Amino acid sequence: MTTTEKIVGNTANFVDERLGAAKWVKKSLNKVFPDHWSFMLGEVCMYSFVILLLSGTFLTLWFDPSQKDVIYDGVYEPLKGLKMSAAYASTLDISFEVRGGLLMRQIHHWAANIFMAAIVAHLMRVFFTGAFRKPREFNWILGILLLTLGLVEGLLGYSLPDDLLSGTGLRITSAIIQALPVVGTYLSFFLFGGAFPGTDFIPRIFTLHILLIPGIFLAVITIHVMLVWYQKHTQFPGVGRTETNVVGHPILPVYMAKAGGFFFVVFGVTAFISAVASINPIWLYGPYTPGQISAGSQPDWYMGWLDGLVRMAPPLETHAFGHTISWNILIPALIVPGIIFTGMALYPFIESWITGDKREHHLLDRPRNVPNRTALGVMSITFVMISLINGGNDIIATHFDLSINQIMWFSRIGIFILPPLAFVITKRLCLSLQRADRELLLHGAESGRLLRLPHGEFVEVHTPISPEKAFLLQSHEQMKPLEIEDVDARGVRRPGALKNKLQRRLSKAHAVSVPKVTEQELKEIENH
Amino acid sequence: MSNELIPTNDSVAPAHAPRATDINPASEKRAEQQVAILFGLSGVGSVLLIYSYIYVADNVFIFIPIMGNQNAQQLGIGIGMAMSLFFLGIAAIHWAKTLMPDKEIVNHRHEFRSSDEDREELVKTVKEGVAGVQLGRRKLIKRSLGAAVGLFALPPVLLLRDLGPLPGKQLETTNWKAGTRLLTDPGNRPILASDLEVGAVVQVLPAVEDEDERPLSDIAKDPVLLIRLRPQDFQLTAEKLAMTHEGIIAFSKICSHMGCAVALYEQQTKHLLCPCHQSTFDVTRGAKVIFGPAARPLPQLDITVDGEGYLVARAPFNEAVGPSFWERNSQ
Amino acid sequence: MKRLSRYRRHKAAGPLLLIFALLTIGTTFSVASAAVKESQNVFARSASITEGQQIFLKGCSSCHGLNAEGGAIAPSLIGTGAASVAFQVGTCRMPMTDMSVQAMRKAPVYNEAEVAAIAVYVASLAPGPAIPEESALNYERDGNSAQGGELFRNNCAMCHNFAGQGGALSQGKYAPTLMGVEPKHIYEAMVTGPQSMPVFSDKTVTPEEKLSLIKWIKAAEAEPNLGGATMGRTGPVTEGLLIWVMGLGILIGIAVWLTTRAR
Repeated sequence: MTTTEKIVGNTANFVDERLGAAKWVKKSLNKVFPDHWSFMLGEVCMYSFVILLLSGTFLTLWFDPSQKDVIYDGVYEPLKGLKMSAAYASTLDISFEVRGGLLMRQIHHWAANIFMAAIVAHLMRVFFTGAFRKPREFNWILGILLLTLGLVEGLLGYSLPDDLLSGTGLRITSAIIQALPVVGTYLSFFLFGGAFPGTDFIPRIFTLHILLIPGIFLAVITIHVMLVWYQKHTQFPGVGRTETNVVGHPILPVYMAKAGGFFFVVFGVTAFISAVASINPIWLYGPYTPGQISAGSQPDWYMGWLDGLVRMAPPLETHAFGHTISWNILIPALIVPGIIFTGMALYPFIESWITGDKREHHLLDRPRNVPNRTALGVMSITFVMISLINGGNDIIATHFDLSINQIMWFSRIGIFILPPLAFVITKRLCLSLQRADRELLLHGAESGRLLRLPHGEFVEVHTPISPEKAFLLQSHEQMKPLEIEDVDARGVRRPGALKNKLQRRLSKAHAVSVPKVTEQELKEIENH
Repeated sequence: MSNELIPTNDSVAPAHAPRATDINPASEKRAEQQVAILFGLSGVGSVLLIYSYIYVADNVFIFIPIMGNQNAQQLGIGIGMAMSLFFLGIAAIHWAKTLMPDKEIVNHRHEFRSSDEDREELVKTVKEGVAGVQLGRRKLIKRSLGAAVGLFALPPVLLLRDLGPLPGKQLETTNWKAGTRLLTDPGNRPILASDLEVGAVVQVLPAVEDEDERPLSDIAKDPVLLIRLRPQDFQLTAEKLAMTHEGIIAFSKICSHMGCAVALYEQQTKHLLCPCHQSTFDVTRGAKVIFGPAARPLPQLDITVDGEGYLVARAPFNEAVGPSFWERNSQ
Repeated sequence: MKRLSRYRRHKAAGPLLLIFALLTIGTTFSVASAAVKESQNVFARSASITEGQQIFLKGCSSCHGLNAEGGAIAPSLIGTGAASVAFQVGTCRMPMTDMSVQAMRKAPVYNEAEVAAIAVYVASLAPGPAIPEESALNYERDGNSAQGGELFRNNCAMCHNFAGQGGALSQGKYAPTLMGVEPKHIYEAMVTGPQSMPVFSDKTVTPEEKLSLIKWIKAAEAEPNLGGATMGRTGPVTEGLLIWVMGLGILIGIAVWLTTRAR
C-alpha cells in the first residue's frame, strides 16, 4: 500500500466506524449524470450563487449599511464635500480605496445578473423539454420560488448603495406598497420606519439581503438539488435511453472534473466580464435625494419588464367615497405578475389536467413534438420581451432616433396582438419541423448530389439517416386527446359539464401533431 | 441500409467509439501537454493578480483599444483573477474530456411508489400514534389547546408594531404654508418675480427653520417647480389662474403617479415629462395628464409676492402631493 | 472556387454569407455617405457688422422673416440676443435643413466670422443675452466641480442623463449629449434655452454656478471609465443586454464544448 492509500484508508475507516457511510458513498460516486449542454444552465445558477456568497461576504467587510449623513472626504473629487449617506460613502470607499474593491463590487453585481439570466434560461429549458412533469412538479415550484426570491434579492442588493438610480427604484417600490388598498400606507410606514425615504430602510434591507433571504436560498437550493439527485436527472431520448434508466458518466472522476472545472470557468468568465465591463457606476449617479432624477432611469433587466408594464398601463384610478384605488399601479405591478407567476407555478398540474397524463416521465420531449406547449412558452417569452422593450423605451428612443410615444403605443397594442401571433406561428413551425422529421425518416437526407437517370430525369440522391437518428425521430410519444363521456353507462350525467368541455377542447388542441411514421410506411419505403 | 428501428435493451449503453487519445500515444501525450499549459496559464493569472495588487499604483491608467483609458491596477487584478480561475477550469475539463475514461454507464431507475406493505405499515403506525393522542375524546384539552395556540399567534405580529409610526396626516402635509418663501434649490436664495424670464424653470424648496438640515422625507414632498409662461399662454379656470402670478405657475415636482421628480420641462411645447414612466403633463392646462400612466394632474401651489417682491406661497397645497393612496380624497 | 463550393451546404454557410453581405453593405454605405459629407462647401465670406444683416437675409429670413420677426415655422429672433445666435449657428444647428421635431448638429455652413456678424446683427434688434467673454469662462479657476455635480443632478440630469450622455424627450425630441461641447456653447445654451431646453438665466443659476456646472461636465468627459467599458454610460439596459449576449453566450459556448465528446 502506498502512503496515500494508507492515509486515505485510515481516514475512511475513522469516518465509517462513526457514520457507516461506505455503501452510500459508493452508490453516490457511481451515480450518473447525463451529458447535454442545456443541463449545465442549472449549474451556472448554482455556481453564480456561490460566487455571490463569496463576493458578497467580501463586500460586507467594508460596507456600512447606515443612512446617517456624512460629508464625503475620500479620493473621488467630483463628490468631495457633499453630504451623503454612510451607505453611499462606504460604497465609494470600497470602489476607490479598497484594492480590488471595485472589482469585487462588479463581480457581485455581474454574478447576480448571470444568476438571474441563467435561472430564466434554465427555466426555459425545463419548460420546453417537459422536465417539470411527474415526479418533478414540486421541484418546478421550488424553482419558481427561487426565481421570485432572486428578483427580490437583486432589487434589495442594488438598492443598498443608496445612489440616485436605485433610490428612485425604492421610491417606486414604496409607491406600489402605498397603493395597496386599506393597508398600503400602514405597510409603507412600517417598512420604511416612517415617511419615505426615512432612515431605517437601508439597514433593514441589509439584514434581509445578507441573512434572511440567503438563508432561505440555501435551504431551497439544497432541497432543489437533492431532489434532482434523488429522483435522478432527466435525459434526452436516444439509443439505449429509456424511461427506466439513466445513461451518462459517473461522478468519479469524469463528472466531478467537468462540473468542478465548470465552476471555475463560470467564476473566471464572471471575473473577466467584471474586469473589462463597468456595472453600476454609482459615483456617476450621485447620492440619492428624492428631488433629483436622471433621464433613462430603469431597474436591472430582471425587474425591467415590470417597469415596462407600469409604463404602458392606462391612467386608471378610482376616486370614490373619499378614497383612491390606483389601478394604474396595482394591475401592472402586482396583479399581472401575480397571475403570471401563479400560472407558471401551477403549470405542471394544468398540463396534466389537459392531457390526462398521470404517468412518470423521465425522458425529455423534443420541443417540436409538443407544439402546444412550445407555442405557449414562446408566447410568454414574447409578452416579457415586449414589456422589457417598453421598459427601456427612452434608451431605445435616444439611440435609434425614435419617439417614446410611438414605442409606448407599439407596446400597448403589441402586448395584446403579438403574443397570440407568436403562439400561432410557433405552433405551425413545430408542425413543419415534425413534417421535416417524417421526410427525413421516410426518404433520408438530401445529399446535394444530382443524378441524371438514363431517361433524362434529374433526381437528388438522398442518403439514409443513421440508425441512431432514425431511432430518435421515432421515439416520441403522441398523446391522444382526452375522451370524457358526458354520460356514463347508466345514463347518469357527469358533474362539471362546463369544466369537462373545456378540458376536452384544450386536450384536443394540445394533441395536434403530425402523425408519426408507422411500421407499415417504413416497410413500404424499403421496397422503393 | 435498412431503416429498421434498433431494439433497445435497458442495460446496454450506446456504442462506444474510441477517441484519438485512447488509441494514439502521441495524441495522448499532446493532450497531457495541453492540460499542463492550461494549468500554467492559470498560474500566470495568479501571479498577475498578486503583482497588480502589490506593485501597481491605483492612479495609473493604460490605454486599451475600444475601451479607452482603464485603471491598470483594477484591470490587472481583474484579468489576473479571471485567468487563474478560468484556466483552472478549462484544464480540468480538457483533462476529463481527453484523458479520463470515456465510457458511459447505466443506472437503473426504480419506481418511486413505495410497496403496498410499506404503505400499510405507515398507515398503521400513524393511526396508532394519533389514537394515542385521543384528541377526539379529550374535549377540554382540545378546546384549551385551540385557545392557547390562537392567542399565541398574536404576539409575533404585535412585536413588530414599533417598526414605524402610523401614517397619520404625514402624507397630506408639506412644509408649504401661507407666506412661506420660495427658495432656490440648491442655494436657498429667495426669488424675485423679475428673476424669472419667460421659458425659465426653477426648482424651489420652502423656507424652513434650518435650511441646511432638511430631512430627505421632507425633500420627498416639498420640491416645487416654478415655470414662467406668458399670461396669454394659460388655458386655466379662473380659480387656477388666480393661483398664478404674472405668468409664473408653481407645481409640485413629485409625480402624482409614483413619486419620481417630474423635472423635464419642454419649453416649446410647455409639457412636463416624468422620466420614470413617461407621464406627460400640460403646464398651460394646469399640469393635466396628456400621456402616460399618471391618473391625476400635479398639485398646483398658490403663489403670490410678499411686500419685498419675493415669491411666496399664499396657502398650503389643497391636496396631498405625490403618489395616490387609499385614504387620499382625490375628488 | 471548386474547393469553396464543396462547403456550400455546410451549417455555417448561411450565417457567414449573411454576415458578409451585411458587412459589405454597411461599409459601402458609410464610405459613400462620408464622401457626400466632404463635398459640402463652406462659403468664405467677410465678417463686418452690416454683413450680418446680409447673411441673415440670404440664409435665415426665409423662415425667420425679413426683420427677424418670425413666421409660421420659425420663432421671432427679436430679444434672443447674440448668445442664441452664437449657440444655434455656432453648433451648426441653424440653418435647419430638414423640418423635423428638433434641429440637429450637422456640417458647418458659416465660419466663425460670419457667426459673429449674424450675432451682432440679431443683438442690435433688441437687448438679449450676450455672448460670454473668454475671461468669464475660466471654469477651472472659478468653478467647483462637486457643487457643479449637485447642480447638474438638480437641473440637467433629468433630460441629459446622469453623465451628460443625452436623453429622450417626448415625440421624438431629445436632449443631446454634452460630451465634446465647447464651454462657451454650454454657457450660451443655459442662458438662452434653445428649442425645448428651458432658460436658466443668470439670476436663477448664477454665473459662478454655471461655471461649476461646466467644470463638472468637463471633468465627467475627461474621466476614464473607472470600472471598465461602459457601453455609453446609459445604465442597466445596456448592462442587461451585455450579460445575455456576452455572459450567457460565452458560458453556453463553453457548456457545448464541455459536453461534446473529444474526437
